[in-house]
Amino acid sequence: MFSRLRNDFPILDTRVGESALSYLDSGATSQKPQCVIDTFTEYFQQRNAAVHRGAHTLAVMATDAFESGREAVSNLVGGVPEQVCWTKNATEALNVVALGMDRASHGFGGESAGRFALGPDDSIVVTEMEHHANLVPWQQLAQSTGAQLRWIPVTDSGELDLSDLSSIVDETTKVFAFTHVSNVLGTINPVKILVARAREVGAFVVLDACQSVPHMPVNFVDLDVDFAAFSAHKALGPTGLGVLWGKSELLNSLPPVLTGGSMITTVTMDKSEFMDAPQRFEAGTQPVAEVAAFATAVNYLAEVGLDRIFDHERELARVLLDGVAQIPGIRVLGAAKDRIGTVAFDVEGVHAHDVGQYLDSQGVAVRVGHHCAQPLHRRYGVTASTRASTYLYNNVEDCERFLAALAEVRPFFGVQ
Amino acid sequence: MSTQMQQLYQQVILDHSRSRIGNQALLRDDATGAHGFSHQVNPTCGDEIELETELLDDGTIAVRWTGDGCSISMASASVLSELATEASVADMLDIEAKFHELMHSRGTLEADEEILGDAAAFTGVSKFPARIKCALLSWVAFKDALNQAQTSLEE
Repeated sequence: MFSRLRNDFPILDTRVGESALSYLDSGATSQKPQCVIDTFTEYFQQRNAAVHRGAHTLAVMATDAFESGREAVSNLVGGVPEQVCWTKNATEALNVVALGMDRASHGFGGESAGRFALGPDDSIVVTEMEHHANLVPWQQLAQSTGAQLRWIPVTDSGELDLSDLSSIVDETTKVFAFTHVSNVLGTINPVKILVARAREVGAFVVLDACQSVPHMPVNFVDLDVDFAAFSAHKALGPTGLGVLWGKSELLNSLPPVLTGGSMITTVTMDKSEFMDAPQRFEAGTQPVAEVAAFATAVNYLAEVGLDRIFDHERELARVLLDGVAQIPGIRVLGAAKDRIGTVAFDVEGVHAHDVGQYLDSQGVAVRVGHHCAQPLHRRYGVTASTRASTYLYNNVEDCERFLAALAEVRPFFGVQ
Repeated sequence: MSTQMQQLYQQVILDHSRSRIGNQALLRDDATGAHGFSHQVNPTCGDEIELETELLDDGTIAVRWTGDGCSISMASASVLSELATEASVADMLDIEAKFHELMHSRGTLEADEEILGDAAAFTGVSKFPARIKCALLSWVAFKDALNQAQTSLEE
């Protein structure tokens, strides 16, 4: 099945110079199957109109396409469609939560938003393996409210060090924000243990699900998180679209950050009332074609089956890790057993940028740099690493081509 | 090996990236001549350089730097330091301008080896848009630090 579905992704036939393409950079962005590309095009050919207004036929079709995206996403990750709010990207989704809490801390949103208010006696907890998108907004919130920012450290093996969990997440903790899967190490974090601790102290849980939703079965209701964020483009969908998922009661009391049209009930010259989620967080014209295309992407993933995708990528991860271990001078960052097909490593004596350039010359696309996780790289004593990350369309041949090219890197740069 | 790769990673570049001229501890406020300091980061990849220029009595510029980055960025800083040991301030500003122009040429310019010396080896880099910033990182730091050194001289 997986060898067949590769044909659904036209871009994989691209030639890089004289080489075939082995795309191992899906952690950065995924490629799109033809059906997603078609939905995007067909939307503009057949259904384009303003959503949620106008009584004409096209407007109804456009609104249906837009709302079907919510349903597809809630079928995938749990809950009901009203819990799915569209944002520009996952970064914006995380900012909507952090900035909403900032507004609540400064008196916005009335009594029901009071639960989100932070002050100097409160703490915010993150982890040392966060993508900057789930770190910087919380730094900003701490700065704005005087709350203390704390973090769970990472072990040498690339897992969260939970030995001091109960003292780091304590009665002062108002928000516990962490990633489900590390975008660098590939580690799958024990969400249920972390959520259980958050519940003991009454902290809100914010989950960065960017690297989990595309690659494994995830149900936010089962995980009992309060808010979650992920992006469409890493899950076969288009760019320009993110998801903020939340518990309805919390979404409906979180002060919105972007305000204006399409998110209000009544407006007078001196004040406004806001709609409930999801429209509450969807001010202005929305990316309707992107949503329609993402609905197709989500249905495609569901049809293949996230459990099968997870198993397929686990197998590829094994090939990558076994192969890399055979190549002298390669140090893999982290060694978590519970992981997805993401492998980041340091090549002794060769900078990651040069590694990536060499691999590209052999048709192998990987990510190099700090992967928006500078503190994590500092933790491992490097400023940059090379990362290979798989997806459902990759095969063992991609991994082998990558390994063969990687073995040539140190000789090419004259490093013994 | 593709010719593009050979053009990018000229032997001169690989050599400079391994044995780096000017890569030494900065004197900072212990510098006796007019001096300037610059810290430049390439935020997309985390490459980083701290570079110091000191105007010497013989009219040349001492360049000292520490950094962490790819072979292109480190070799570029090394070549720059070597050129500075034999050039006047006016020469170096001319070289900087020519190097900048070369890097943005997308491979359409012929490098003037007479003026650019080892820096001419970076011609191939200009065909790789993602690497131009690597080659220019130390030069941006150099220009900034030199500007400060000249300003402090005037004061």
